[in-house]
Amino acid sequence: MWYDKNVELYREDVNPMERYYQPEIECAPVEKIKEWQNEKLVRQVRHVYDNVAYYRKLMEEKGVTPDDIRSTDDLYKLPFLTKADLRDAYPYGLLAKPLSDCVRIQSTSGTTGKRVVAFYTQKDVDLWEDCCARAIVAAGGTNEDVCQVCYGYGLFTGGPGLHGGSHKVGCLTLPMSSGNTQRQIQFMLDLQSTILCCTPSYAVYIGETLREMGYSKEDIHLKAGIFGAEPWTQEMRRDIENSLGIKAYDIYGLTETSGPGVSFECSEQTGMHINEDHFFAEIIDPETGEVLPEGSKGELVFTSLDKEAFPLLRYRTRDICVLSRKKCSCGRTHIKMSKPMGRSDDMMIIRGVNVFPSQIETVLLKQGYTSNYQIVVDRVGSTDTFDVYVEVTEEQFADTVRELTLREEELSGAMKLMLGINPKVHLVQPKSIARSEGKAVRVVDKRKLHD
Amino acid sequence: MRVKQISVFLENKSGQLADVGAVLAENNMNLRALSIADTKDYGILRVIVPDADGALEVLRTAGYTCKITDVLAVEIDDSPGGMARVLAVLSDAGISVEYAYAFISHKAGYAHMILRVSELEKTVDALAKAQIRTLEMNELLGK
Repeated sequence: MWYDKNVELYREDVNPMERYYQPEIECAPVEKIKEWQNEKLVRQVRHVYDNVAYYRKLMEEKGVTPDDIRSTDDLYKLPFLTKADLRDAYPYGLLAKPLSDCVRIQSTSGTTGKRVVAFYTQKDVDLWEDCCARAIVAAGGTNEDVCQVCYGYGLFTGGPGLHGGSHKVGCLTLPMSSGNTQRQIQFMLDLQSTILCCTPSYAVYIGETLREMGYSKEDIHLKAGIFGAEPWTQEMRRDIENSLGIKAYDIYGLTETSGPGVSFECSEQTGMHINEDHFFAEIIDPETGEVLPEGSKGELVFTSLDKEAFPLLRYRTRDICVLSRKKCSCGRTHIKMSKPMGRSDDMMIIRGVNVFPSQIETVLLKQGYTSNYQIVVDRVGSTDTFDVYVEVTEEQFADTVRELTLREEELSGAMKLMLGINPKVHLVQPKSIARSEGKAVRVVDKRKLHD
Repeated sequence: MRVKQISVFLENKSGQLADVGAVLAENNMNLRALSIADTKDYGILRVIVPDADGALEVLRTAGYTCKITDVLAVEIDDSPGGMARVLAVLSDAGISVEYAYAFISHKAGYAHMILRVSELEKTVDALAKAQIRTLEMNELLGK
């Protein structure tokens, strides 16, 4: 692959110190990338229009036909897709291939009511795994490496994505999934893992546990880590790098577009290269939907250029970030996105799980409380704290501590059922939750996740 | 036999108790007895006032979450073993006490004990059999 005829052509762009999984793509001249994108987009819009009634209807409503899309410059004419569309179309409404061609599904964190199921053909899985392989190679991975994957396996895309990427690179893959940290460390020591893939908060935790078990970074063989699926800061990066003696790389992705690997960090660590031969990125004004020029801060929108089964066009990620095509010292030519700086909706990611305030509200109303509540999220050490303050009602009020404690536990349990994670519920006096312009302030996020 | 007690939900913040006190004072409500259960986050204030329904109304209006609970008021001897005797009766009858508080009676030689129990009727019966007097509101108020 390295000696592909195209590589010769682009030799001068390739940094000799850097390793690439698909250099002929990753270091292709920008004009070449644009050519691929245009070609793929025209084909993809036709494919979606012909096979996805839901999106065809959206296009018809906007008065746009596949013939109107001749290049990525025409992309702005197409309608957006949002999380709400995915919910409306659940489960098969956005499927563009017969199920007989599909080989896999993955799903979002399992947040009831907002579940997204994404379908993959074998080609889609390959494409996704290629993207993850690029990320692993960018972090220094080769077939000599032992890659320990402790993202969750299962419906969550983290485990399967990096697992597949690791196979493609030829690493010895340790499919650990998450949890059982002592065992993780035992394998890390015994099998001399060199690359760690997990959420950044879990990496911090592994570092802490390593120390508690009486080991230091000198005892392990890790050289790099690929961390994503939740926001993290430069401070956490330094912390992880120090405690594990590694270089920590960021990776970004979402189930809607495939999973991790939509973009990834290179040695320069000044943003994540978007695999733009597969995913076309736009930055829009979240209020107006207007496309903003390169360098503007706005909402990231992705168009899958060649995914077959679940090809979302102009999917609004709600992540706020900036794109940059500034020349990168790593030699890759693909556009870079900044770490997301926030979200344009009210979704929070707590302990790696998507949490919407509306879900908390649903539980409260069902249990006989009012919708006056406040969610307080903070981070103590490497763990997110998740507290929900609920104004007590007369119906739920009891004159014994035992009963009130039971109420708190019932609420916490019901929220755990809904969200998959357990908040600490605190009952508070009516009208005690801070209000701004008459509306209770629903979310207080004290974590400093965005630099 | 049954006495109405007001419970008020209070957050564990300074000034909360003073505020409730002020509301009751403004409405000329005299407290006969008071107890507080406290946790890390909140407390439950329990009071006995002559006009429980009236107090509930003013507290509600002031924005508090409160409710009336039926509790038992028991007359006990103001001497060593007075409380123990009552509790032994309940214990023997298999009745559990959720909470209790006590105060001196206006009647010399006696004290009053407020009991919140799991089974009210059964408690009344058990106490009656042991010839322990439960009090009406007016007795409790010393009228």
